[in-house]
Amino acid sequence: MDQLLSVGVDGIIYSAWLFTAALGLTLIYGVMKIVNVTHGSFYALGAYAGASLAGAWLARGYPPMLSYVVLLAAALIVTLVVAPLIERGILRFMYAKDEVVILLITYALFLILEDVIKLIWGVDPYFVAEPYALLGSFEVGGLAYPTYNLILVVLALVSGLGLMGLLQSTRVGKLLLAVIHDPEVSRAMGINVNRYYLATFSFGSLLAALAGSFTAPTVSVVPGLGVDIIVLSFAVVVIGGLGSLPGAALGAVIVGVVRSLSVHYMPQVELFVIYFVMAMVLAFRPRGLFSLAEPRKI
Amino acid sequence: MPVILDARGLCKNFGAVTAAAEVSAAIEKDSVVGLIGTNGAGKTTFINMITGYIKPDQGTIEYEGRDITRLPPRDITRLGICRSFQIPQLYPSLTVYENMLVGLGIVLRNARLAGFFHRREADVPGYGRPAHEVAEHLLDRFGLGDYRNRNAQVLPGGARKLLDIALTMVAKPRILLLDEPTSGVSAQEKFGIMQMVLDAVRAEGATVLFVEHDMEVVSRFAQRVLAFYDGRIIADAPPQAALADENVRRYVSGGHA
Amino acid sequence: MRRDRTLVLVGAVLAGVLVGGAFIPQWAMFIVTIAFAQGLVALGLMLLLRAGLVSFGQALYYCLGAYAAGALGRFVGVADIFVQMLAGALVAGFAAFVLGFLLAKYRGIFFGLLSLALSMILYGLLVKNEALGSTDGFNILPSTLFGIRPGPQWVRYAVMASAAVVSFLLALIVHRYLRTPLGRLAPAIKDNEIRVEYMGASARYAVHVKYVIAAVLAGVGGALAATTVGHIDPEMAFWTTSGEFIFITILAGTGNVIAPFAGALIYGAIRTTAYDLSPNTWQLSLGTALLLIIVFLPEGLWSLFKRHARHP
Repeated sequence: MDQLLSVGVDGIIYSAWLFTAALGLTLIYGVMKIVNVTHGSFYALGAYAGASLAGAWLARGYPPMLSYVVLLAAALIVTLVVAPLIERGILRFMYAKDEVVILLITYALFLILEDVIKLIWGVDPYFVAEPYALLGSFEVGGLAYPTYNLILVVLALVSGLGLMGLLQSTRVGKLLLAVIHDPEVSRAMGINVNRYYLATFSFGSLLAALAGSFTAPTVSVVPGLGVDIIVLSFAVVVIGGLGSLPGAALGAVIVGVVRSLSVHYMPQVELFVIYFVMAMVLAFRPRGLFSLAEPRKI
Repeated sequence: MPVILDARGLCKNFGAVTAAAEVSAAIEKDSVVGLIGTNGAGKTTFINMITGYIKPDQGTIEYEGRDITRLPPRDITRLGICRSFQIPQLYPSLTVYENMLVGLGIVLRNARLAGFFHRREADVPGYGRPAHEVAEHLLDRFGLGDYRNRNAQVLPGGARKLLDIALTMVAKPRILLLDEPTSGVSAQEKFGIMQMVLDAVRAEGATVLFVEHDMEVVSRFAQRVLAFYDGRIIADAPPQAALADENVRRYVSGGHA
Repeated sequence: MRRDRTLVLVGAVLAGVLVGGAFIPQWAMFIVTIAFAQGLVALGLMLLLRAGLVSFGQALYYCLGAYAAGALGRFVGVADIFVQMLAGALVAGFAAFVLGFLLAKYRGIFFGLLSLALSMILYGLLVKNEALGSTDGFNILPSTLFGIRPGPQWVRYAVMASAAVVSFLLALIVHRYLRTPLGRLAPAIKDNEIRVEYMGASARYAVHVKYVIAAVLAGVGGALAATTVGHIDPEMAFWTTSGEFIFITILAGTGNVIAPFAGALIYGAIRTTAYDLSPNTWQLSLGTALLLIIVFLPEGLWSLFKRHARHP
């Protein structure tokens, strides 16, 4: 029973992290119909910015409790600088191209950003563990978990529910839904689609950066941090259905629980089981577990 | 004349929409049949079912006595039933000539006359000449010679239709289903195109079904008319009689004889 | 006439490598051989790309080919280079035959993502597999050629020459395939699959065939790479490896069977130079190069040679 409980807690924490990381990817695909590989870059940028800024903050002796705000700010700053540059500077000219070509473009950008990160932050690891330890721990079923992990859960809930609320209840959300369904018609009706694309890309990337920033205190931040998150996020998003918000949640939970189970009971399959689930879903329901209808062709 | 295509009791629903309700028609060999009806009446659904793109919920389709109801489009094409499309289905990034070569290549491969291990260039079955010659011949026949090296996507409307029909003819069909062959074509070209197509096809002895909205084209070329409305056939008669029919005038043609 | 031109070109390259290759330094032989290995994978990708399909997981077959070659040496004691390549081809081909039944149904991004998932499954399996060395992988025995073990100064040349000959044969086979009805079906499948079906051909069957051919090519390439590098590890199945192959294919373009090999060589040159100039920015250079090619030369470098990158 205790084992099951720890599987559950591990699963929830991991799922929350995955959800925040993948939410931006599915949002960007849903609105802009692009598979965005730079997603991993924003995660890494968030992690590096978070680690270096929080590290500097703590080194100067400022209030440690505010380091969490610093993490938030780091993600915001790095996104606001880089995202518009990418979207307005390059992507904006490429929307007419095939979706696979756009994916390759974002892949090229990812490669570039990997080295930009190395140039700015160097190759030595950043280790800023204080925010992680600061909040103490709580006990579940005899095992201690750092309370910090709850921040990840809160982050996931806030971003998920917040986005849903935005889409369903606000005017901006309704216009965004129009853009999702048909950008051409939306343009014809006077909606500034370009502005929505910029906003979506920025917000989606911000989510990735936040996930990275808040993960930074729990790991050693090194080059290559973005590489793994890309495929993992893909897996989550594909399982749930590209472009679906509830899908991303379901996908994150499934991947989180499956991984947790394998780590506890069969560690040798840990890596492959996630991609196995992804392949299974693609094989039987290629559009994911939540999918949209297809129009008639002839 | 014997019956070559026999559709019996075809039913098809898309959710709440009834696209076909007990549609039956026995098509005689070598006949020319016109299908008329307003948009959404079920004409294209009928063609889609015959050619295997959609499976009917109920009913059967027999071709020369053989049940073809569940066959996919490629098998139906190989049996000799070919169709053209309302919106021309071409290969936009290839030239007109290459479009024809792709089709001829498939015909050769299906006849096991071309492939990786074949040495010489075989003659296309039914034409007695190699593929590149047949392509040129068909392009000339359909008046597309001038467009030979143009990409299919830059062709004007009438030429696109003609290419679509030419591609359909490549396999020398026994039954030819034309979906709105003259739509999008200028008024003075309509008759010319229909005459050209029918001459080309009938010389080989093929049966033709064509969907048409222009009643003059229908009167001129069809030997028999099937009128569709709301998923049903409401008239089945020679053109004069069909077009004079009360129901047809109410639901289809809007009252000119 | 076009066939003759390609035949002559390919023949000239082969002759050049066999003769001139004896005089180049060892490190250059290494680069040329790797270029052949990666070129083979890219040739397969080119075949799929013509039909409008991008496989994000060719590394799956590359890795299978490498491990097949390695297993031959480690468990059976055979190190003949042609046997290794054959083993790579057979293992990869069989896997693709089976997986193709599933994959041939997909198009666009879903084809890409599913192929990606499958390659990552292999990665995950290999990383945790103790018998095959887990993340460290294992080394490969030095190659033999028809039972003879070449002297140490001749090994590299022997491998390179074998690579050239095999690549030559495979390139010509693919060149011929591209002229068959199924081969010519590729752009048609990419443009309008409904029309293909309505002309009496099965797009799914054609894709399955192309997928298997591409896998066989990748398997041979993997075996070759394994022998050349002398070491194999699960990284060969990782998605970044697939990314490299896609890069090469985009760089090269789909105009001719020689293009993938030229692309692989150029890629190797760019990568090595970029790394030597500045080890921390080689990815930046690569990414920039990829971006520039996609934007300004979408038909790849080969389109510079041909006025219209028209397929035969």
